[in-house]
Amino acid sequence: MLPQIIFGYFAIVMTVLSVLIVTRKNPVHSVLWMLVLFFHFAAIYLFLNAEFIAAVQIILYAGAVLVLFLFVIMMLNLKQEVSGERYIGEWPIAVALGISILLLIIFAITKLVPGPLGEYTIELIQKETHTKAVGKFLYTEYLFVFIIASLILLIAIVGAMVLAKKRA
Amino acid sequence: MVPLDWYIMLSAVMFTIGLAGFIARRNIIIMLICIELMLNAVNLSLIAFSHYLQDLKGQILVFFTISVAAAEAAIGLAILVAVFRNKAMVDADKLTEMKG
Repeated sequence: MLPQIIFGYFAIVMTVLSVLIVTRKNPVHSVLWMLVLFFHFAAIYLFLNAEFIAAVQIILYAGAVLVLFLFVIMMLNLKQEVSGERYIGEWPIAVALGISILLLIIFAITKLVPGPLGEYTIELIQKETHTKAVGKFLYTEYLFVFIIASLILLIAIVGAMVLAKKRA
Repeated sequence: MVPLDWYIMLSAVMFTIGLAGFIARRNIIIMLICIELMLNAVNLSLIAFSHYLQDLKGQILVFFTISVAAAEAAIGLAILVAVFRNKAMVDADKLTEMKG
């Protein structure tokens, strides 16, 4: 019974936080609610026995991406955006599209048939520690994909500098 | 034990809220935040599947999603800074130079 209650808390709070993020007028408030949401994400990852990803979630999202957002908001002067209209004129279409996609996903979930179970049981991961198990997987079987991901990040850094540079 | 469906439902709800916000909002910064919300909702479903199917491949995929999300945030905010320097505003409805 206790896991269900804890999950219910997370489900309600995370849904409310998502709505708050989407509807706030001031982008700074959105980013700060996003920070609270990311801590909840990290906690729910702990609930799912993914400790390393919970740590990465806090370090990378809360520590790097949201700080980047805050820095950009700080640099831009957003007075007129904050006082202006929040939504586009056709916002009911967006809500209708969201609800129809949600119904589609719910319909898909009812037809869900789980695949065969893999070999990484909770006992095995706990014996080996989660970081070591993920690291072994990442640096052997997915090494090539890992190198491609690092190249994507390199291109993103160079591209961001080129885009944001002041033209002489 | 919480069933797998609950996690997928939570993930679907958050993804949908992010999608509706992405379409409905005018401010480009909040549109980028909505993209991050959608990517995080997908991460949650990947980790839930990974836990319930006892397979680590879902968590490996989450690493690549996180790295792509970081790249997307950097590029998106750089474009935003460039737009703001030229137009002094970040309203997606008023950026109509390309007649899209």
